[in-house]
Order: sequence, then structure tokens, then C-alpha cells
Amino acid sequence: MYQKNGDRYFVVDGHVHFWDGSPANQRNKYGEGFIGCFYDYHRNLSPEEYVWPREKFERYAEDDLMSDLFDRGHVDVAIFLPTYLTDFYVNGFNTTEQDGAVAERHPGKFIVNGSWDPRDGEDGLRALEALAKRWNLKGAKLYTAEWKGNSKGWKLSDPWSYRYLEKCQELGITNIHVHKGPTIWPLNRDAFDVADVDDAATMFPDLNFIVEHCGLPRLEDFCWIAAQEPNVYGGLAVVMPFIHSRPRYFAQVMGELLYWLGEDRLLFASDYALWHPKWLIERFVDFQLPQDMQEEYGALTPDMKSKILGLNAARLYGLEVPEGTAAAEEERLQPT
Amino acid sequence: MDLCSAVRDALGTVRDPELDEPVTDLGFVAEITADRGAVRVLLRLPTYFCAPNFAYLMVADARDAVAGIPEVRQADIRLVDHFMADEINAGVAGARGFELSFPGLADGELAELRLSFLRKAHRAAQHRLCRAVLRKGEGESGLTRLRLRDVPECDELRSLRRRRSDLNLPAGPDAPLLVHDDGRPVAADEQGSYLRLARATRVSIDGNADLCRGLLATRYAGR
Repeated sequence: MYQKNGDRYFVVDGHVHFWDGSPANQRNKYGEGFIGCFYDYHRNLSPEEYVWPREKFERYAEDDLMSDLFDRGHVDVAIFLPTYLTDFYVNGFNTTEQDGAVAERHPGKFIVNGSWDPRDGEDGLRALEALAKRWNLKGAKLYTAEWKGNSKGWKLSDPWSYRYLEKCQELGITNIHVHKGPTIWPLNRDAFDVADVDDAATMFPDLNFIVEHCGLPRLEDFCWIAAQEPNVYGGLAVVMPFIHSRPRYFAQVMGELLYWLGEDRLLFASDYALWHPKWLIERFVDFQLPQDMQEEYGALTPDMKSKILGLNAARLYGLEVPEGTAAAEEERLQPT
Repeated sequence: MDLCSAVRDALGTVRDPELDEPVTDLGFVAEITADRGAVRVLLRLPTYFCAPNFAYLMVADARDAVAGIPEVRQADIRLVDHFMADEINAGVAGARGFELSFPGLADGELAELRLSFLRKAHRAAQHRLCRAVLRKGEGESGLTRLRLRDVPECDELRSLRRRRSDLNLPAGPDAPLLVHDDGRPVAADEQGSYLRLARATRVSIDGNADLCRGLLATRYAGR
């Protein structure tokens, strides 16, 4: 556990990858563009000493992953969120099987999540059953902007999506991580709109919907639906790195999230290898809202940070939390 | 004024609908060339995968703005370094409209999308103005009683008026300081919740614009 100033933090990194975006795996110009886009996010928002050369960023080694997350990076447990992108990458960008192989070599370190696509119909439902059994899935990552042949995306409120969500419920896949991206059918609507998450969250109150990147760039739409749906959570991937380059903006977004969702529904995430968890965690533990914003939003306490850094994710995934974190003590007194 | 400057001025009226700022300020204009009335403009965006619908609107608006200059005989507006650049450029050049430019991928035009972002921009502008008012000593409550004439002239007020006129909402001295998307005045008991959503909208738009500027700078550093 990470320790600072006498406080102990159990850290669950809610969103990590082990990807292959190398030229050898790129199927077309879209694959090249996708990893290029990631690399610009990485370069733009990382402290200089954490910026990797492009070749390493395209494909890093298992040793890098293990040491960056668990040795240098203060992470106790990491959640793999697969991103298949098989229309862009020959072997996929980051599949459940690739993640699972790593996880099996390092027991206790990772949670393996699956994925599904409603456009796969009946075959996909059977494949999901097999995937759930093989990897004991408790969660799934959905990427609504994924291309499939002529289709450029899908919605969580599609009738077939509901079939898959029913299947998730039946299989005990209770954590649905939703990632919005810029291309989706129909192209004339706002691709980042989270209204479909609202519909699905109402229909499936027993499932948890973790909206990755807190709906950015539509923070206000996300906050609005999250305020009404108690089973909607915010994944802090992409939000976290602003702590370095744009700390006032980070403070403001955190203030908004704490106002609309509260400290129990936010999950820390690095989105590794987009950003290194070491500096994100260290700076977050040291972070405080500027004085003028505290008047508007309140202050961040060690208990709140402890929940965001790990206890919230631990609750969703049924992880055992070691004794001694401040917020864990508080939870024990008030079991939910 | 030479033609390139006139083109740049015209492009200054084209806004990124999502970020609510002129494309010239955002650094999206990569190049302007003019040769005896034939103008070519290259537009660029912060990422390869920026949303194609907003990209299309900016290219189409840029074409209209440049073609509206009397000295311009031919306007060639091209988006570069974008995954759908070819489709967007061909669609705008052929004045085909959005739906026909993306056969099978769209089920309508972009008017509704544009409207919903004009509304967001208006909401954010109201919050910016309220902050300006609050800084000058007005109490937190009672803002719904204020009219635009009660607010001292400032950048935030000018910016709000322009967004009101984009939406055909009342923008004169008697117009209320706070109105809903449809022009209905915000009631006293709605003020708190209305401004909190307006604040989240402002944080979202400002942060998004800042991120896009950073990504553009990273993407085109040294180019």
C-alpha cells in the first residue's frame, strides 16, 4: 500500500492496457492514426521525464508493465480493460486473451475484463458465455465507437445491447465499463452523448455502469445523468493527468464530480501506458483544491482520496482490502 | 487589404461548434494561399480521430465564409491529416450535404447537432457573466430578477448577447439575465440548479478547448 504522511492507501488502478500498436500489427492507416493519437495524448499530458520514445509506446514489454504498475507505480491491483479494434490491428490492439495470459503469470495482481459487441448477435452471446467462464469475468469494457465493416459504432440502448446486458446480469458480469469515442452511428449526432448510458442504467439497476473518462468531453452531460442514476460511476482515466499540466482545470473537474456524484462513485485510473501511475498517484495524494475553489466545492480529504484511489473499485469487484486505510476504518463502522 | 488577409478575417467568423471559439484562434488554419481570386485553405485539427460531424461543419462554414468574399472566384477548402478528410472534402466541395457525403452512416443533417451546441455555449456564457456580476458584489440569490441592462457593459455581456442572437433569444436591455434554452426566464427557485448545470457546461467547454489547443501544439510541433 502507498503511504504518505501516516495515511495508507490501497490502490486499484481501474483502467490499464497491455497493447500492441506496433507497425507490424497495424492493419491500415487507421491503426497507425489510432496509436498516433494516443501518443500525442501521452506526450501532451505527461511530465517530461515520463515521456517514452514512440517505438516503446507502440509496444512495451511485460517487464515494463509489471515494474511500472507494481514496483515503481504503487498499484496494488490493476484492472485490465481490453480494446479489440480488430478492424485496425491484425491481432487486435489489446484483447482479453492477451491480458489474461499476463494475469495468469502474476496471480493476484490483475482483474481480467472481457468485452462484447451487440453487432455480433447470437454468436457473440455464446462467445461471451465462454469468455466469462474462461476468465471468471466480473466486468466488461465496451467501446461504442468501434468499427465493424461498414458500421462505425453502436449504442448501449440498441435492442441487441439489452440482450447482452441481460446476459451480463445472468453471468455475474456486474461492472460495465463504457468508453465513448468520436465515431458512432449515426454520424450526424454527438458521438460523446451519454444518453444511452442513462437508458441502460435505468433498465439494469443491478449493473454498475462505469463511464470511462467521466464522459469527457461532455462532463456536464455525464454529471447530469450520474446525478440521477445511482448505479453510474466515473472512471478517472484521462481526467487524472490534468493534475500535472492543468492543475486548476483538474481541481475544477474534481469539484464538479464530487458535487454531482460524490466520493463513493469515482474510480482512479491511469489508462497505462497512456500515463504512468506513479506520478498520478503521488500527485493526487499530495493534491488539494486551491483556496478559492474550496469555498465553492469543499476540500479533498485523505478519506476521500482513499476511496477514489482504491476502495470504491474494491467494493465493485469484491476485493479484500487490507486493514489500516483511513476510509476502510470508517466503512467498517458504517457497513453499507 | 490583400486577399489572404481578407480570407483570414472571413475565417475568423467560423467557429468550432463544440469549442465555441474561432478556428483562427484555435490554430486550425494551417495555410492560406491565393492566386488571382483562386483561394486555397488548409484546415487541421488536434487529432486524427476528431469527430467528423464537427469537422464537416467547420469545413462547410469555412467554404461559405471564403466564397462570400466578392474577390474570390474559387474557394478550395481542404481538411488535412484526418481519418475522414477525403469524404468530408469531397462532400463539402460538391455541396452534397452531410447525409449524402456519408452514405449509410448518417440519418440526417447537422442542424440539430449545431443547435444543441449553440445552447451549451449560451448556457456557459450565462455562467461566465454571472461570475463577472458576482465578482462585482451582487449577492448569490436574486440573479433571476436581473435584466441585461442591470449588468455593466463587459466582455462577458457582449459574448452573451452574441450567443443569444445565434439562437434568436432576447438580447436587448430588457431581456432577463438568465433564460432557458427556449427563452423562458429562469424562475427564482430554479436559479441554483440552473447555474450549477451551467457551471459544469462551462468547465467542460473551457477544459475541452484547452486540451484541444495542447494536443494541436503537440501534434504539429516543429511542422
